Amino acid sequence: MVDATHGPDAHAAEFPDVELYHPRSWWTRYVFSQDAKVIAIQYASTALAIGMLALVLSWLMRMQLAFPGFLTFIDAAAYYQFITMHGMIMVIYLITALFLGGFGNYLIPLMLGARDMVFPYVNMLSYWTYLLAVLVLVASWFTPGGPTGAGWTLYPPQAILSNTPGQESGIVLMLVSLILFVIGFTMGGLNYIVTVLQGRTRGMTLMRMPLTVWGIFIATVMAMLAFPALFVACVMMLFDKLLGTSFFMPALVEMGELLPHDGGSPILFQHLFWFFGHPEVYIVALPAFGIVSDLISTHARKNIFGYRMMVWAIVIIGALSFVVWAHHMYVSGMNPYFGFFFAVTTLIIAVPTAIKVYNWVLTLWRGDIHLNPPMLFALAFIVTFVNGGLTGLFLGNVVVDVPLSDTMFVVAHFHMVMGVAPILVIFGAIYHWYPKITGRMLDNTLAHLHFWVTFLGAYLIFFPMHYLGIMGVPRRYFESGDISFQPPSAHDLNIFITVMALIVGAAQLVFVFNLIWSIRHGKPSGGNPWRATTLEWQTPETPPVHGNFGRELPVVYRWAYDYSVPGAAEDFIPQNQPGTNPPHSEAPKKRRGAKS
Amino acid sequence: MVVAVVLVLIVVGSVVFHFLSPWWWTPIASNWGYIDNTIIITFWITGAVFAAVVLFVAYCVWRFRHKDGQKADYEPENKRLENWLMGLTAVGVAAMLIPGLFVWGQFISVPAEATEAEVVGAQWQWAYRLPGADGKLGLSDTRLVAADNPYGIKPDDPNGHDDVLIEADYLHLPIDKPVKMLLRSVDTLHDFYVAEFRSKMDMIPGAVTYFWFTPTRTGQFEVLCAELCGTGHPYMRGGVVVDTQEDYDAWLAGQQTYAQLYAPEVLKTADID
Ligand code: HEM
Ligand SMILES: [Cu+2]
Ligand SMILES: [Cu+2]
Repeated sequence: MVDATHGPDAHAAEFPDVELYHPRSWWTRYVFSQDAKVIAIQYASTALAIGMLALVLSWLMRMQLAFPGFLTFIDAAAYYQFITMHGMIMVIYLITALFLGGFGNYLIPLMLGARDMVFPYVNMLSYWTYLLAVLVLVASWFTPGGPTGAGWTLYPPQAILSNTPGQESGIVLMLVSLILFVIGFTMGGLNYIVTVLQGRTRGMTLMRMPLTVWGIFIATVMAMLAFPALFVACVMMLFDKLLGTSFFMPALVEMGELLPHDGGSPILFQHLFWFFGHPEVYIVALPAFGIVSDLISTHARKNIFGYRMMVWAIVIIGALSFVVWAHHMYVSGMNPYFGFFFAVTTLIIAVPTAIKVYNWVLTLWRGDIHLNPPMLFALAFIVTFVNGGLTGLFLGNVVVDVPLSDTMFVVAHFHMVMGVAPILVIFGAIYHWYPKITGRMLDNTLAHLHFWVTFLGAYLIFFPMHYLGIMGVPRRYFESGDISFQPPSAHDLNIFITVMALIVGAAQLVFVFNLIWSIRHGKPSGGNPWRATTLEWQTPETPPVHGNFGRELPVVYRWAYDYSVPGAAEDFIPQNQPGTNPPHSEAPKKRRGAKS
Repeated sequence: MVVAVVLVLIVVGSVVFHFLSPWWWTPIASNWGYIDNTIIITFWITGAVFAAVVLFVAYCVWRFRHKDGQKADYEPENKRLENWLMGLTAVGVAAMLIPGLFVWGQFISVPAEATEAEVVGAQWQWAYRLPGADGKLGLSDTRLVAADNPYGIKPDDPNGHDDVLIEADYLHLPIDKPVKMLLRSVDTLHDFYVAEFRSKMDMIPGAVTYFWFTPTRTGQFEVLCAELCGTGHPYMRGGVVVDTQEDYDAWLAGQQTYAQLYAPEVLKTADID
């Protein structure tokens, strides 16, 4: 895979540039565009828009938990609908779509020195299928019975039974929407994978790729292997619901009536769901890992520490995460001996994950740290990710999970590790690449306001929440005030958490305002405001135009992390700058140069 | 500067909160103190790692933040350091995993002397069944559930006739006697959870799941449902009363058996024969 002697001029097969597809009208340029950069923005805007809905739902849920009965339109059914839609939108339609469809589309071709994705037409279809999936999901609010309230895990049999809101049609629309999402994602994902494997410019060996691309690449490979499990689970449940099959439905009594189903297994669904669901955690984490590595390196003006180790850690985490899924099922009633196996695999993943954390913080060591907004968010990511990752060691350690599973401890844990942490990276990434996308800087004061409120607020929401879970308060409780062991002070904590949630949510409006306002009024950024090495910052125009790189594609001569190279004139050397300083073609293996 | 101070405050604040928090686990009432111990070990190890990492970041931000003329080091990798860190992490992980697996081994090995008690979940209430004089529970099947057979007990299984049915919110258990809880559901997923016993397990229609424990403290403990089971999920409450042996015997004497309660046809025909 890696060929160390592979200089830029020794590139094996050289193909002439393929003629790009060129849009002929406004419609094909901006709407039905095949340009990955436009598709990226479409993906990102759609994801952020639907994400706002998920945010509002979190407000409503928190209002119910702190001030039960205050908002009279929230009854138990509505609460469960909010939970389900909030969770599903956040995980799938916001974070997954934004990282892969948004950042993947924008950054893969630009960072690899390609003119576009390899299959632009399929790429366009990917977005429109995703949009359709979002619309189908939203449509369920307008059907009789409303959206499903089955919880984002959609566990059968309850998901398709009465006493679950949305039993009429909400659940069907949810399953159809997920199926559409997987189809759309597969189209995009094939593109990302083939582009990474085939579309790199001369000299861009795999081991010279920025970690951002590595993270997105491996996450996409994982998604291609994990989403099919979700896909078949959805199809099977649709059959159970609409055709009366019994894949997941044992004989059971619904409201005193024996249903015609027989012989199915609810646990089978759980295995399928988590075979997708656990890798999904890493599908959102790996792009975050990659991006945050590049943010830290760029803004600390220092090469990422242990690049090769970082790449291997990403690959190993990706592989291992397919053999840990049943740690979500320790108390599901599956064969208890599985617990041994899954606890071991789960805790083993902690090792490569810890390596990544060490390498981030060691990159800061003896750096030249510029506390720009992207760096602030990267630091906040380290704090929240380490916190959430460590509580994962509680839940992964099978016997410790027994008292904690299905409590607020779990809610706090996964929000910290796969909610707050990746979202902080998304913010950092937007502050980082916005100048490339628009040619203007985001406002710095608003950025700081947004940063401090979001980071500290989110920590204050989710850190104390763990302790409610340790006490034993279950999750997915529409009301929890009357639990016997709960002291009245727990209610004060709930009020505090809700107030923080409202404030953090409001801070996101500052961010949205900044995004919109700066398109016209931001300071012009120039082509490379952060003085970064990677190819997207070396485009002739900013924002990059159709075809990305003008007449000649860039040629790559070095890895992505030549910051503060001893003896170099500047504190960064772009990847496409020729020369033998430093004289290496891959990630340098040894420490060179004396201490400064 | 501000950033470094805030990072230090996060560590200090989190540690102080941990020790002062009025929200902590309920006083334990079962033999699973081992689980609490494993949690404590995990807290110490993870807490130390969290503090170390965040304080290290705070130090770096304070010490290496940009000043004019400053230049970063160029240090691609350091194999020795990386290997050391990997080794230490592996040791830390093992220190949590090994006691954890050991306790899990106990959690799933039911002692031979444990008596059985069945819990049946149905939206949104709990019911219980004890094996009766013969010490054996009769077979059951969801397809037999009916108004005159809410537990779905097989009428032709003689083991079931003396089963004690407790169609009430409270189950009584004798103190210091290990008990194997057999969990069953007739409609959807539920989860039998008592915080003070530190244990829970899902109930699945069409299957029987289990866990075991020994009650170690008399008193009344709330049963919560811990698996989403429809809109009534938070209201699915019950209780376990842990009695001294005498109290337990007195309570048990007042309960009725399947035969007494539902006198199934089969039983009558059996009597005539
Ligand atoms: C300030 C931001 C957020 C707040 C205040 C918030 C609040 C909540 C609340 C109150 C619940 C329901 C807890 C329960 O009763 O069980 C919940 C569930 C959930 N949230 Fe969030 N959330 C936030 C952000 C996120 C993000 C960024 C994600 C992305 C991963 C996320 C994913 C989920 C998931 C997957 C669930 C579980 C839904 C279920 O139980 O079916 N949330 N959130
Ligand atoms: Cu998982
Ligand atoms: Cu329930």
